[in-house]
This record gives sequence, structure tokens and C-alpha cells, in this order.
Amino acid sequence: MPQYILNRLGQSAVVLVLVSLIGFIVLNLAPGGPMSQFALNPGMSQAELDRIAEQMGLKRPLMVQYFEWFTRLFIGDWGHSFRDGRPVLSVIAGHLPATLLLMGTATVLSVIVGTWVGVLGAVRRYSVFDTLATVGAMVALSIPTFWFGLVAIFLFSLHLGWLPAGNMYTIGDRSLGDYATHLILPVAVLALVNVAIWSRYMRSATLDVIDQDFVRTARAKGLPYRRVLTHHVIRNALLPMITLAGLQIPTILGGALVTETVFTWPGMGRLFLDSLGYSDYPVIMGILMFSAILVLLGNLLADLLVGVADPRVRLG
Amino acid sequence: MSQCDDSEKGNSLFNPTRRQALAMAVIGAAGVMLPLGRPSQAFAAAKAAAAGQVIIGLSQEPTVFNPHMPHIEVDEGIHWNIFDPLFGISPSGEFTPALAVEVPTVANGGISADGLQWKVKLREGVKWHDGTPFTAEDVKYTLELIVNPEFRSGRRAGHDLVRDITVVSPTEIHWRMEKSYAPYASILSWTFMVPKHVLSAAADVNNAPFNNAPIGTGPFKWASRVAGDHIQLKANPDYYGTLAQIDSVIFKYIPDLTVLYTQFKTGDIDVTAMQGITPDHYEEAKGLAERTVVVLPVATVESVALNLERPQFKDPAVRKALYLAIDKKTIIDELYYGLVLPTETYMPQQSAYYNPNLPKQGFNIDEANKILDQAGWKPGAGGIREKDGVRLSFTNSTTAGNQIREQAQQFMQQTWLAIGVEMKISNLPPAVMWGDYWMQSKFDSAVVGINFLTGADPDTRDYFGSTSTSAKGGAGQNTMQYSNAKVDELLAQGASLQDVAQRKAVYLQVQEIIRDDLPMLPLFQYTYLRGYKSQLKGFAGNINLRIEPWNVNTWSWA
Repeated sequence: MPQYILNRLGQSAVVLVLVSLIGFIVLNLAPGGPMSQFALNPGMSQAELDRIAEQMGLKRPLMVQYFEWFTRLFIGDWGHSFRDGRPVLSVIAGHLPATLLLMGTATVLSVIVGTWVGVLGAVRRYSVFDTLATVGAMVALSIPTFWFGLVAIFLFSLHLGWLPAGNMYTIGDRSLGDYATHLILPVAVLALVNVAIWSRYMRSATLDVIDQDFVRTARAKGLPYRRVLTHHVIRNALLPMITLAGLQIPTILGGALVTETVFTWPGMGRLFLDSLGYSDYPVIMGILMFSAILVLLGNLLADLLVGVADPRVRLG
Repeated sequence: MSQCDDSEKGNSLFNPTRRQALAMAVIGAAGVMLPLGRPSQAFAAAKAAAAGQVIIGLSQEPTVFNPHMPHIEVDEGIHWNIFDPLFGISPSGEFTPALAVEVPTVANGGISADGLQWKVKLREGVKWHDGTPFTAEDVKYTLELIVNPEFRSGRRAGHDLVRDITVVSPTEIHWRMEKSYAPYASILSWTFMVPKHVLSAAADVNNAPFNNAPIGTGPFKWASRVAGDHIQLKANPDYYGTLAQIDSVIFKYIPDLTVLYTQFKTGDIDVTAMQGITPDHYEEAKGLAERTVVVLPVATVESVALNLERPQFKDPAVRKALYLAIDKKTIIDELYYGLVLPTETYMPQQSAYYNPNLPKQGFNIDEANKILDQAGWKPGAGGIREKDGVRLSFTNSTTAGNQIREQAQQFMQQTWLAIGVEMKISNLPPAVMWGDYWMQSKFDSAVVGINFLTGADPDTRDYFGSTSTSAKGGAGQNTMQYSNAKVDELLAQGASLQDVAQRKAVYLQVQEIIRDDLPMLPLFQYTYLRGYKSQLKGFAGNINLRIEPWNVNTWSWA
């Protein structure tokens, strides 16, 4: 087992180097750059832009810039944002809690509801409930999130006035209840889509298990249906969900680009979009590395957990 | 981004992204107004001590708080409220004393008659927000910092002419100018003083803690920032000028213009500053209860910039014909909802230097055809005119995704085709468009919004001086590669003269020549559409500045 983990970590390191190298090159070779936002400032000239770029170290050969950036990663220096000059790690840390709150709440809610809807749909296959859940999932998956978001704001904030039209809290309030009311709409919008996804996965996973021999055996032995469902069917059906959950970790921390924009939520998704818009290379690279690490860790964690949960799976 | 990019990068009124436009279509209809959830405003009108708060919505996030580092205009909303210049500028263009006791002029002896010696007397008893007294040493430090090669300075032009800065006393400072340069007064009116005792103590001034916790002398103090969400300023009770009546000023970042407007309707924000309300919402916004919507003229002028080194544009007859064949009225009325101002010049109409007597362009296809016929441009293949092997065919570029501009382009494309000119649209993402492509004159023609002035000063050498073309090794933004010896001479003269009446004569003539030469085809002068709650008093734009919340200390709740 430790050998397996070491191997996986070794592979991960190689992947990280490749991701960072490709990311860095693509980012820097893309036309435009951080200087163009200043190009139309009054009296700006190419010579002045060149001077600023020189002072920011952007005129050095790309590989020199890359190696400096990369070696500094190891001493915990991820560079400074081009926008506000703060260290990249504090910039990311500053946006994480908002995303964690939004995505965490939405994910927990979707997993619980999604699992329930999926299992129920599988058990009562082709029932009215199952058909409704299937159609609902298809509708939820095919409508864009920003549309859901705007309709929700229009209806519940503008028209009915029940809920705030975005923002994470009321400035000057920030009580628990204030956070909660601000969470409702964005979480509902995110959950709508995620419940659809989770319920579809859970439904098919349950269907895979429900007709298998050991389930029939358990029923034949006279175990109550409920107990068979919770102890035999759901337990087994949840195994593939562990992998799926592992893959969800980067999504949870990566933020929701659209939802965060529509609801003015100061999370990772917004940070990423803004950093792209301003060609804030250090922050973009920071988010890229952060996401890559999360993807690798999420996968590793999922594989390890499957090994723990299912004795049939042997790692190594 | 710059003034221009208010029109470039989703900054302006007229610039919703495709997603925003889609979203607008969805939310389009008016909602029912709701009672507001923020009780703090109800008792915000106290006269004595500052109280209450005002929330200003911005669609871009201020992130650069050292006013001398490279920044975009949204940052200046923070700068104006935290810092002071030596003297500021009023909406009508007069300098108003701030940290200086009086505005130096030739008349009061502050500037010598030859424009070379400057003497500035400073206000006594002014304190930085940390309690340290403000002195002439701070002024010296600021002026030196801006041109310090170690410092990542956003703009050095003008300041690089300052020599021999002498602190005569804590309240008096003198310096010499390398040459007479009248626009320097205007540049100083947005040059904010920064504290020497704080910045000189920093190990690296480019990464000083000050840059994220600025200390100024202004009417508001820095309170806090939640990155990606908002910035809070608090009233400075020790301010030497007009004391703020509103205690807490929140600059709230709302990236999506539709959401910005929605939160204005729901009352979550009190003021929509940049980019404000989109013109398609104007009719609805005007009718909102307890909201005031204003159209503020800004100094940015929209034009079709022509790259004069392209053989197609070398013949003045072509430029005249192209200008005649633009249906400006329809573009302004139909595409811009009639909210922008028709113009014949680069000079804003509110400027004292504006020339109102320029010939008016009239949309006239026949006349344009006649001019081209007479100049020897004969229809060739596909009806496109040619002369000496040059086809009247060129590309036109602007920021991709700026829908109103793209429609204006298509409109010009049609009317130009009617005079045998082929225009191909080739739009680019903002970071590409305003990079080398623009700065190094790699475009044929471009639709662009530019503030051609130096602040409120009519100096436009950066844009029309023949030595300001980057593609020819010059320093400036004459990307049209315009070169006219007479204009060069007039611009040099205008910049060195100190007398306003004399300068005015010069710049009226410059405008005449530019109108005749047409290095750019002027389309209109921009306006901003802004809204605020009607109980808020004191909101006023300032055409000489790049941002509307410049005087929050004079705002109050009725």
C-alpha cells in the first residue's frame, strides 16, 4: 500500500510539471497580455508599456521566467498578482471560503437528494415518480445555469421580494441568518443541475445492483426488503459514487463560473474569470496548479477509499 | 483600461458582452419595486457627525490603490476619496486648491512668465490618516517617486520635465521645468500626494503594504477590502476640506451589468457608477420610482481611426468621401438610442477649447461618389474603385463582442459599398486588439473611443504629433501615423503658451486642420448613463475626470 501511494505521488509530480509547463507556455504565447489594459490610458506609448513590462520581468526569455516561477513554488512563493500585488496564495485563500460555502452546501444537498431520487427511481422503475424524475433531470441538464439564475432572481427577488438578488451577505450585517438567505437562490440553482446528475448516476448504479444474484438470495432468505435495500443494494451502488465524489472535489473548490457571476459571489470562479480578463498570469497559474493538485489528490483519495470500502478491490 | 477602453473592454455603456446581452433579454421587463432591506440609510442624514452608508456599484473591481502605479479608471474612484492632489479640477474645468493653498498661475507668481519656475505654497496643519503631518517633503517624495526608475510608475510623461525640486519650508516647495509645458498644471490636478514616511520605509516600494492599505490626506480613510467583493472607506473627521456627511462608503464589485442594474432596481446598491446602466434599459430606468437617471457627457470621442500609411488612405479625397458616406445620424439615433453627442472634432464639447464652427458632415452618397470620380478612383472588379493599382478595400477592426459597435461597422460597410469601397470586418479580442495591433499601427482602420486630451488640458500631441507614432519609434499614441507640419508647430506652440486666450486660438485652428485632414472620422462623443437613489444629494459627474464617485464627501442623504 505505501509503495502504491508513493508510485501514485511520483506519477502525480510528473503530471504537475507537465501541466505547469504547458499552462505557462500557452498563457504567455496567447496574443495580448497584461499590458493591453493600460494601452489606451491617456498619453500611454509603446515605450512606456515596454518599460512597465520590463519592470514586471515580462521581457525575459519565457523559459527563464518559467524556471524562476517553478523553483519558487517549492519555497511557497507562488508569485504576486499583477492586479493588486498580493501573494497568489493569499489571493486564492481569500476566495476559497466563499466558494467552499456555496459549492459545499450545494454539493452536500445534491448528493443527499440525488441519491434518494436515484434509488427511489430505480426501485420503482417506470413509475410516475421515476418518469417525472427522468424528465426533470433532462430539463435541468439542458437549460443553462445563467438562465436559471436570472429567472430565479427575477421571480424571487424582483417580483416577490422574498430573497436577496445576489451577494454573499448584506454589508454591515453578516449574521448567520443573513448568509443563509443569501445562500438559498444560488444553492438552489446549482443543486438543480447537480441533483439531476447525481440522481441519474445513482439510478443506473442501483439498477446494476438490484437485479444481481446476491440481492435475490438475500430476499429469498427472508430479509426484509428495506434491510436488503439499505445494507445490500445501496451500499454496493454507492461504490462507483465514491470515485465520482473524488472527481467532484476540484469542482467544489474550483467554484462555479456562471453562478458566481450571476449571484455576485466572490468565489474562485469569479477570481478565475477576472484573472483571465486582466491577464493576471501569476494568479491564473496559481489556480491552474491548485486545480491540478486537487484533481490528482481527489483521484488518489477516491481510489484509496474504494479500496477501503470494497475489499474486493486491491491496490498495488 | 483607459477611457478608451471604457468603450473597449466592456467598460462602456454600449458594451455588454454577448452573455450579458442574452441575460438582458431575459430579465428585460420591469420588476415590482421592493421596500429596501437596509435600515442604515433611514437615519443617514445626520448633519454633524458623519453617519450612514452609501453603496456604489461598479462592474469592474478596483485593485490598484497606489495611485502612481499602472491602473485603470475604476481604481481612481478610490484614489479621489483617499488622496488629494495639490489642486483638483472642477467639472467646469477650473483648478481648485486642495493641498496647495492656491493654484499656481503666472498671475499670482506661482509660475514664472516663461513657465519654467514653479512655486507652490502648501496648506498648513494637514495630517495623513495615520496622524503624521503632511509637509513639502511628501510633495518632493511623490514627484521624485513617479520618475524613479526602480518604481513601476504608471505615467511619467510631464513629470519627467521637473528638475531641481527644493523644499523651501514645510509649507513651500519650488521646482524648475526643463521647458515650458502648460499641460503640467492639468497633469498635477490628478497627481495624488503619497506619504514619504510610509513609502520610503518599505523594503520594496512596488510591493509595499501601503499598496493594499493606502494612507492619504483625503476625506475618507481606508477601512477594509474583501477581494472580489467590496471595499469600504470611512469618513475622515480630521479632513481639512468639506467633511463627509456619509460615514461609510462601499465600493461594491458587481461584474455583470444586468445584475448591476437589477441590484439598482432592488435597492441593494445606491449608485450605479461605471459601467452604469446600459442604453437599452434607459427608457425603463427613467421610470423607476425613487431613482434618478442621468446622462453624463464624457471626454471620450468615438471615431474611425485610419492608418494613414496604408495606400488606400493616403489620398485626402478618399478620407473625405468615406466620411460623407457614413450615416452618422442613424448610427447615433438607432444604435445608440440618441444618447450620445454628434461631433465634428476630437475635442469634448464641454471644453473651453471646443471649436463649434467646424463644417457639419452631411450623409451624402452622391457627393462622396463625385469626389472619388474626380480624384480618379475608377470602379474596377466587383464595382470596387481602384487607382494606380490600389483597390479601395481595407479591413476595419474593433473589440470583438461589442455588439453595438459591430452593428455600426456593418452599417458603415453597407453605405461605403454604395460608393465603391469594400470594408472587411476583422474584429479581435480586447487583449489582442489593443496590444501591438493597435499600438504598432498594424490595423487598416479601427473603430475606437479615445480621450485625446491630457486630462482637461487641450494638449493632443500624444495623438496627433508626428513624433508620437510608436511604429516609427516615437513616444505616444499617434497610431494613425498622422503627420502634418503645421499641426506639429501649433501643438508645440500650444503646449508652451501659458495664456488661455492665446492657447485657445491655437487649438481652434488645430481642430480646423484635423477636421479638414480627417486622420480619423469622428462619429460621436460618448456619454455615460448613471443612476442613483433620488434621496441621495450631491452626485455629479466631472467630465475632466475618468470616474464619477470623485467627490463623495459632498454627498448626503436627504
